[in-house]
Amino acid sequence: MKASAFAYARATSVENALELLADQGDRAKVLSGGQSLMPAMNLRLISPELVVDIGGLAELRGIAVKEGILTIGALTRYVDLLKSTEIAAHAPLLADAVTHVAHPAIRNRGTIGGSLAHADPASELPACMVALAATIVVRGPGGERRIAAREFFTGIYETALSPQELLVAVDLPVAPRQSSHFFHEFARRHGDYAIVGLAAQAVINDGRFADLRLGFFAVGDRPLLAGAAGKLVNVAVTSSVLSEALSALADELDPQEDHQATPAMRRHLAKVLLARSVSELLSRPELHAGAFV
Amino acid sequence: MTAPITISLEVNGERVDTSVLPRLNLADFLREYLKLTGTHVGCEHGVCGACTVRVDGEIVRACLMLAVQADNASVETIEGLSDSGEIADLQAAFRDRNALQCGFCTPGMLMAAQDLLKQTSAPDREQIREHLSGNYCRCTGYQAIVDAVESTARARAGRTA
Ligand SMILES: Cc1cc2nc3c(=O)[nH]c(=O)nc-3n(C[C@H](O)[C@H](O)[C@H](O)COP(=O)(O)OP(=O)(O)OC[C@H]3O[C@@H](n4cnc5c(N)ncnc54)[C@H](O)[C@@H]3O)c2cc1C
Ligand code: FES
Ligand code: FES
Repeated sequence: MKASAFAYARATSVENALELLADQGDRAKVLSGGQSLMPAMNLRLISPELVVDIGGLAELRGIAVKEGILTIGALTRYVDLLKSTEIAAHAPLLADAVTHVAHPAIRNRGTIGGSLAHADPASELPACMVALAATIVVRGPGGERRIAAREFFTGIYETALSPQELLVAVDLPVAPRQSSHFFHEFARRHGDYAIVGLAAQAVINDGRFADLRLGFFAVGDRPLLAGAAGKLVNVAVTSSVLSEALSALADELDPQEDHQATPAMRRHLAKVLLARSVSELLSRPELHAGAFV
Repeated sequence: MTAPITISLEVNGERVDTSVLPRLNLADFLREYLKLTGTHVGCEHGVCGACTVRVDGEIVRACLMLAVQADNASVETIEGLSDSGEIADLQAAFRDRNALQCGFCTPGMLMAAQDLLKQTSAPDREQIREHLSGNYCRCTGYQAIVDAVESTARARAGRTA
């Protein structure tokens, strides 16, 4: 199918984009990489009257590190994240995650801002943002807002953004020394949306977790920062400690049924990922082996 | 503003100045305006890869890009890559290995395969599969396609060594 007719405006600056959006309200749609917007328009799931193309705005592009904060512009594409030495050094979890997003031709156009604004619960980057304690930077008619990633995602394809606002950047604390990460997803085929996935960021001291942030995705209507991680921090992780964390995780999950998996299957896979991440992050294979007997 | 918009781009090395409606996607622009029908259209939502073309040197889905977004860009289609001889060996390998049957997916497969071979001189079968994972083929079962890409990579490595 083809998109229905719409008017098109190429924004010349963020200010200009905000003016166009302010005029049109929810009849307008922002176009970044188009890798989710265009399919939705081609399928006639949405038919905006105006498409505001922000693709040419250099001010929304680029990756910078300053005073312990990594700032990633909204228009930074997946392929830019994959190739960036700053990302590899300061947010290796993200670089790992991007290899699981879609396919090369789509990674050449899809952007971090588009992925976060789109807020598909099975998407990789929203869960990374939650795990990395990101701040989402938004600009609108009233100026700038800074929103913690945990508050930004509010439901399936729903975020704290209003139709008049632009997501301009994300800020991430650079990964501390002694930190490590784990990323894995179960998908039917590499590049497909996850059935269940986990983006985890940890700080490990003397074989114990000093900090552990577990961002699960495709297990609910938004990325979940698992409270179960609390059971594993500042304790010697034994198999019984791990079992407690696994049942705590099962309690806080509310997975959905779809054509890919039942809620029970998603719960099971999430537990497998939790056990696997703990054993890999602590380099203790016996923990995973023992978790499901 | 639903009116046509002027665009100026380069397609297979030739300048094109025209005006198009905003809703026209790049794949339809290439096929219907320029009669470059080698770029195929299957799903129109980014899933099948039949419409893969190069924009400013990088592969993209032509069905997910508006023609107006290609203003000032350089677009290369399967016709361009064929005519320049850039992928003659890859095309020969596809023929030799029976890597095409109906041929519907072939232009997109060739674009994606050439993209990989430009980035990685000696990809293993796993890397080939991963790079082509966004391209659907209804006929071949993929094995022969992976064979053809692998043998082209080997031959190119031999030639440049
Ligand atoms: C075949 C296929 C497979 C895919 N597989 C995956 C996958 O495995 N994982 C995954 O995460 N994604 C996947 N995607 C989606 C892809 O990652 C999209 O690129 C991404 O979701 C949206 O980014 P975009 O830049 O293309 O945004 P667009 O498509 O341009 O926009 C998406 C939405 O966000 C809004 N928006 C965009 N930018 C902004 C902004 N700066 N401020 C405010 N609103 C904005 C738009 O108005 C629109 O509603 C897939 C897509 C395809 C076609
Ligand atoms: S037609 Fe573009 S990906 Fe299928
Ligand atoms: S050869 Fe027929 S679809 Fe691939």
